Amino acid sequence: MTDNVSTEAVETPFLPERGAGLIRSLRERAYLIAVSFFALMVLAGTAAGIHAKMIGSLAAYGVSREVPWGILISTYVFFVVTSTGLCLVSSIGHVFGVKDFVPIAKRSVFLAVATIMAGFFVIFFEIENPLRMAVYNVISPNLTSNIWWMGTLYGAYMVFMAVEFMLLVKGKYKVATLVGFLGVVAGVAAHSNLGAVFGMLDGREFWYGPFMPIYFIASAMMSGAAAIIFFTWVAHKINGEEIEPETKRALEVTTKVGILLIAVILFFTIWKFIIGFAGGEAKIMALRSLLTGPFAFNFWVLEIGVGMIIPLVLYLQSRGRNLPLMALASAMMIFGIFFMRYDLVIVGQAVPVYYEMNVTDYPGLFTYTPSAHEIMVVLGGIGLVGLIFLLGEKIFGGHKTEAH
Amino acid sequence: MKQSSDQPETQQSSANTESKETAEGRKLLEIERRDFLKLGLAVTGIFAGGTLLSAVSVVDQVFASKQDFAEHYPYKPHYSMLIRQDNCIDCERCKEACAKTNDVPEYGYRTRILEQVHPASLGRTTEFIPVLCNQCNNPACVRACPTKATYKDPQNGIVMVDQEKCIGCKTCMSACPCNDRYYNEEKKSIDKCNFCYDTRLSKGEKLTACAEACPANVRVFGDLSDPQSDVYKGVHDIEKAVWVLRPETGTKPNVFYTKG
Repeated sequence: MTDNVSTEAVETPFLPERGAGLIRSLRERAYLIAVSFFALMVLAGTAAGIHAKMIGSLAAYGVSREVPWGILISTYVFFVVTSTGLCLVSSIGHVFGVKDFVPIAKRSVFLAVATIMAGFFVIFFEIENPLRMAVYNVISPNLTSNIWWMGTLYGAYMVFMAVEFMLLVKGKYKVATLVGFLGVVAGVAAHSNLGAVFGMLDGREFWYGPFMPIYFIASAMMSGAAAIIFFTWVAHKINGEEIEPETKRALEVTTKVGILLIAVILFFTIWKFIIGFAGGEAKIMALRSLLTGPFAFNFWVLEIGVGMIIPLVLYLQSRGRNLPLMALASAMMIFGIFFMRYDLVIVGQAVPVYYEMNVTDYPGLFTYTPSAHEIMVVLGGIGLVGLIFLLGEKIFGGHKTEAH
Repeated sequence: MKQSSDQPETQQSSANTESKETAEGRKLLEIERRDFLKLGLAVTGIFAGGTLLSAVSVVDQVFASKQDFAEHYPYKPHYSMLIRQDNCIDCERCKEACAKTNDVPEYGYRTRILEQVHPASLGRTTEFIPVLCNQCNNPACVRACPTKATYKDPQNGIVMVDQEKCIGCKTCMSACPCNDRYYNEEKKSIDKCNFCYDTRLSKGEKLTACAEACPANVRVFGDLSDPQSDVYKGVHDIEKAVWVLRPETGTKPNVFYTKG
């Protein structure tokens, strides 16, 4: 590290051309290393997932009868939340015509496809019999099932977003707007259904109610804003280019969206607790597990601190213009939101269904610890996003927007 | 514990209603009376007040017509179980018989026995509560299943699983308010109690394996649509309190509990 710095510092003044070339070659090498690293993560995740399928989820995964949904479900939710958010925030520009947002459109749509693919990657290894799903979702659909709607709509959403991206690349903006609109509709419908997967389980008090679909859409927008700012900044670092003024303006307004949505989610969170504490024992126990129980670190430090409050302060401080600060805030948000999803999924199952019957068999909260296999699959999904993002930057030349 | 505290409350509220002497009050009362009759013995579904099901012995007065009766018990036979909770001694023979009959692996169960301790109780302080799939009339699992792998049998009302269609998303496990489902690795499907339909009932047996194995006659199994059956008589006995598990989730169980 120190060697590199000193070489640059010494050589650049004397041989500016050679110095610039060195930085370029260093950047290219770093790019290749990053691509290989993410590719390895995908391979390792895939291997772990296939191995888990071979030995069975009972042995490979940390989930149980009592906590049937683990980190793979929460990571799936995390990825599709991000994807939907990327789609929604970017659609303000390229679908709904707010010009300020247009410069971020292409990359956002591309990343929306990348993150939904990562979601499908993770869920493929989570579902016990994914191949049956392909068959029976079609020939034996249950129209009252949120899982059915969510799966089907997200399938359509991925196609719409991919087609929209290709149209944007080819410069067919009019058709792209139409397909983009269909993507937004499918995305919102799919994502609110994902919220309803949890919200319609009346046996699970922590989730039950109309709150979930609404909360999911709002938190998608929050995640989307963070993802756009973070990835746009990283992309320009990779490509070694200055950010154009139009893009800067786009990130400034995206930051405003981010600030607004953090405020909305904080508002939702506060009311979820206040209302929850007026409820039954089981719900109060779930809320307590977040406030003072085993999920307190996740909740206060990761969700509230890293995920919302600090980014909110940094966003405000940046005034939407200090890009490194905004990128840092966005990275923290993405990290915090990952645990927000984790807590949402696990806490919803942690309270035994028989808790209020005071049976000795279920005295307290259930525990769940992600297994090595599960963590590997999660890393595989993260690697997939990284890989597709990096490849996309090179293949599509930094997702530049031509004047139109 | 909850039950005893809810009961006086219900009585109190009906007493309040009766005290209203206005015409409006009487009208309300009339509506309430009719509603109550409609509720009456809708034990398969609606529960009246608190966690207790109001049981009425004069069945014929409640069901005005045969059609009403069929609406309350839409299946024929309408398989149901009445659990005489205080008889259970936790010998777990039901669990063993179930596992043997239905190939239930070590890591799973279709039925189990919960233990409730009442330290302040006089005399006996421990009670055992056998639990199994409630074969609900409004099953949360069936609504949630994306591929109709789990479904309500149109003839007998048992909540079945078509193993071939199960994708293993485990939404039904999360949806079940009573944790009565598990994923069976060997069957590559969710597995649950089906009142021994494939292993016994469809072969002409009259009882489930658990009901037959029980030495204390805890599990009264039978056809709720047959007024001559023991389960029907037990559920409709005015002398006894009858309840279901987690009625607040609105799933309308077909497994009932009683004691005394």
